Amino acid sequence: MASLNDFALPTRLFLKAYRWRRIETVPWTPTRKPLAACRIALISSAGFVLPAQIRFDDSIRGGDCSFREIPSDVNTATLVETHRSESFDHGGIRQDPNLAFPIDRMHELVRSGRIGCVNRRYLSFMGSITAPGRLVRDTAPAAARLLVEDAVDVALLVPV
Amino acid sequence: MCNQAVSLIAAELERQGISTVAIQLLREVAERVRPPRALCVPFRHGYPLGSPNNATEQHAVIDAALRLIEDTNGTPPVLVDYVEH
Repeated sequence: MASLNDFALPTRLFLKAYRWRRIETVPWTPTRKPLAACRIALISSAGFVLPAQIRFDDSIRGGDCSFREIPSDVNTATLVETHRSESFDHGGIRQDPNLAFPIDRMHELVRSGRIGCVNRRYLSFMGSITAPGRLVRDTAPAAARLLVEDAVDVALLVPV
Repeated sequence: MCNQAVSLIAAELERQGISTVAIQLLREVAERVRPPRALCVPFRHGYPLGSPNNATEQHAVIDAALRLIEDTNGTPPVLVDYVEH
């Protein structure tokens, strides 16, 4: 398992003093139907964008809390990985975006009958957010509202 | 920070009625942030589903995550370690 001790010293020192945002009252939505009848959405925080999309803004202090919509029928080879962190090896997700955004795996699960269908759009965030206030207040609720509008039942979230 | 970000997003989805499961690479962060449902994986940073171009391994991790959603006996927050087979 990865550990905070895996990071370089400056990052370790930052994380040692960092106040993680604790979810005090944990919200809970039980599944109401079998997965084989569910619509699924993916959310990745690996900073993937489509070639024509505006990149995440690395200059925003505390991190860019915005998100990009990624069509679920996208060719994963066309995704551009833009995660700003230098604290991990980007080689794996550049070689195979499915490693942090398992778009092709979802299609395979639909074909096998394990899940009902994929949502028409997935969401891509840049996870390197040290000040998550705006994420909690604005962009995460906005992202959730989009998926509610789409009648999404379940979501798989993948960090990097 | 990615682990915290997806946890906070997952919580908002759950508030709005969508069941979620989040992959987590850092158990110590997941324990502090407390996403509703999380699968802690034994992989290094940058490799949340195991290995690139290994669909079998990626499917195994995804299936373990989906089983947390199917388990109706869980009490939030659910935090389970992925066991490689």
